[in-house]
Amino acid sequence: MPNDTSSGGDVATADVTPLVQLVSPTGERVVEPDNARYRSRADHLTSEDLRAMYRDMVLTRRFDDEATALQRQGELALYAQGRGQEAAQVGSAFALAPQDYVFPSYREHGVLHVRGVDPVDRLRLFRGVDHGGWDPAEHNVHLYTLVIGSHVLHGTGYAMGIQRDGLVGTGDATRDAAVVTYFGDGATSQGDVSEALVFAAVNNAPVVFFCQNNQWAISEPTSRQARVPIYRRGEGFGIPSVRVDGNDVLACYAVTAEAIERAHNGGGPTFVEAYTYRMGAHTTSDDPSRYRDRAEEEYWRLRDPIDRLAALLRSEGAWDEAWATSLDAEADAYGENLRAAVRELGAPPVESMFDHVYGGPHAQVEAERAWLREYELQTSQEAGR
Amino acid sequence: MTTTTKPAASTLKTETLTFARAITEGLRAALEVDDGVMLMGEDIGRLGGVFRVTDGLQKDFGEDRVVDTPLAESGILGTAIGLALRGYRPVCEIQFDGFVFPAYDQITTQLAKMRYRSRGRLEVPVVVRIPYGGGIGAIEHHSESPEALFAHTAGLRVVSPSTPQDAYDMIRAAIASPDPVLYFEPKGRYWSKGEVTLGGPVDVAGLDGARVARAGGDVTLVAYGPTVATALQAADALAAEGTSAEVVDLRTISPLDVPTVVASVRRTGRCVVVHEAPSFLGAGAEVAARVTEECFHSLEAPVLRVGGFHSPYPVAKLEHDYLPSVDRVLDAVDRALAF
Repeated sequence: MPNDTSSGGDVATADVTPLVQLVSPTGERVVEPDNARYRSRADHLTSEDLRAMYRDMVLTRRFDDEATALQRQGELALYAQGRGQEAAQVGSAFALAPQDYVFPSYREHGVLHVRGVDPVDRLRLFRGVDHGGWDPAEHNVHLYTLVIGSHVLHGTGYAMGIQRDGLVGTGDATRDAAVVTYFGDGATSQGDVSEALVFAAVNNAPVVFFCQNNQWAISEPTSRQARVPIYRRGEGFGIPSVRVDGNDVLACYAVTAEAIERAHNGGGPTFVEAYTYRMGAHTTSDDPSRYRDRAEEEYWRLRDPIDRLAALLRSEGAWDEAWATSLDAEADAYGENLRAAVRELGAPPVESMFDHVYGGPHAQVEAERAWLREYELQTSQEAGR
Repeated sequence: MTTTTKPAASTLKTETLTFARAITEGLRAALEVDDGVMLMGEDIGRLGGVFRVTDGLQKDFGEDRVVDTPLAESGILGTAIGLALRGYRPVCEIQFDGFVFPAYDQITTQLAKMRYRSRGRLEVPVVVRIPYGGGIGAIEHHSESPEALFAHTAGLRVVSPSTPQDAYDMIRAAIASPDPVLYFEPKGRYWSKGEVTLGGPVDVAGLDGARVARAGGDVTLVAYGPTVATALQAADALAAEGTSAEVVDLRTISPLDVPTVVASVRRTGRCVVVHEAPSFLGAGAEVAARVTEECFHSLEAPVLRVGGFHSPYPVAKLEHDYLPSVDRVLDAVDRALAF
């Protein structure tokens, strides 16, 4: 990226700050002494593993495109695109054990895909039929949180609970557990994120702070959030911190795997900055043409994380045309099923607005529920007269 | 977290305790019966809290269960929510009323809504203890009554005990409740004493109701927390003049026990609501509206309110002119009787 401080995230520091990278933008393995410890973490991945990652990234991109189209057709109230962040999300999620717990923001569609959260359930919130949409316990994935940064504290508290449960440093990799919280560059300005870093540091909590620096917080570049590269925020709190190429799925996997292992073993928190780019708009209500250049978008379009993994697969002879064709067909069917299922999602019963406000009865809620029921009955009777 | 709940001590014993000590004993009882209960707050461990409410508990239950937290209220609440999601029952202490606001976002946007937005799949039984109210000669931000700000948010329970016995019973009930509970402690009454029966059953449903603190027939005084004592003193003075006042101790602002208030006002025909929080849009405004709706034909006078003024809490040297005094309650009763 040219040193143009008028646009694009923290361009002033982007070129001088080392990124952990295992695959170059043109799809070649990067072999340097500096990345040896991360290379060793990705060595065991087979061609089949890489194709599985590729498939997840392609289906995540398809999910994004379908959801965007559904919003344009009036089927969703809003949608927050994840385009461009598939490597950061899929790579990091691949490093998690089933017992690990995810606290996402609201753009982690790729993470949820890998964890197995039903794609239809992921759109209930955006369709306006549910504030959540899935059972967090089913895949150890908390609900999306819209208030920026709030959930980073929840993840930290959850990790403190894991510590109290004695599930850190047991020596049993199938029992040791950790939390990964996902948030963006904008969220790092929130007090809650700094407080989470304080609580995690002093408690040595098993939590990975996974910051996707996609360089834009709606219209504000990262230079409006920080004067230093974001990963150095973690260092200030005494937390091991690393900056990774967020468009390199293998590097994101390896860096997260190291952080998870540290958490599992009782080594405490890690701060990861995945340097990536929000290729789409903030949400379907946003218009990036008002605040960023075409040239910048084009620069990053040529660094698409999916293309990079495809290039790696091709260069290593792991690309199979028949497989690629069947993946295309799978993505088409996936999209078709998603469209049909989302259109079927109807509004919940009116009275459900009173459900689960409290765990036990609450006089005011019950009185208002009864009042609305009576009112609706009367108005329907009057209409029927 | 798999919590181990042990049977509560079945032996009852009665002791004379201060209000503050009654809370301590309630916390101790909750820590003893449920391994998932934990206390979090600033200076609550080695120091025992600035009001010593948690005195001795860290020594008895350890640093993992009675936690001295970093000085960050939003962090306390946010991590408590995470711990609750993992199966714990955190009881957070906010050092003073005026310091709850950094946590206001976590309490109102996250804690209150977690059950609702998950359609009942998630439960966050967090208790937030807040010493509140004035009359102790404190400096700025140490004497406020922000309860209405929380009662206005669906999903929260907001309670305030007025006696040592209720302080003990209600903290145990709040901790056992499946819902988030804001537990407002009238700090001006911390040193008042009363007989407390320790060891009885935990009555979660008992959190929802008001109680008649004194029976009477001419006027109903509605109060909660620190102003119950004020209302009782006013009732004594009224009795000397031949007026019989009934005092209703609300105990809970959300839910609001409307039937108990309405039953009283239907008999007395007059109602005065007393609280330290500003009258403007306070809990008393809700009581007045409900009473007007449900007792319209029984009312002999408009419902009157005695509360704080719509100014920031004043300097300590003026607080006794700001707080609802016995004289101001009597003045309101006179006006109600004059209709």
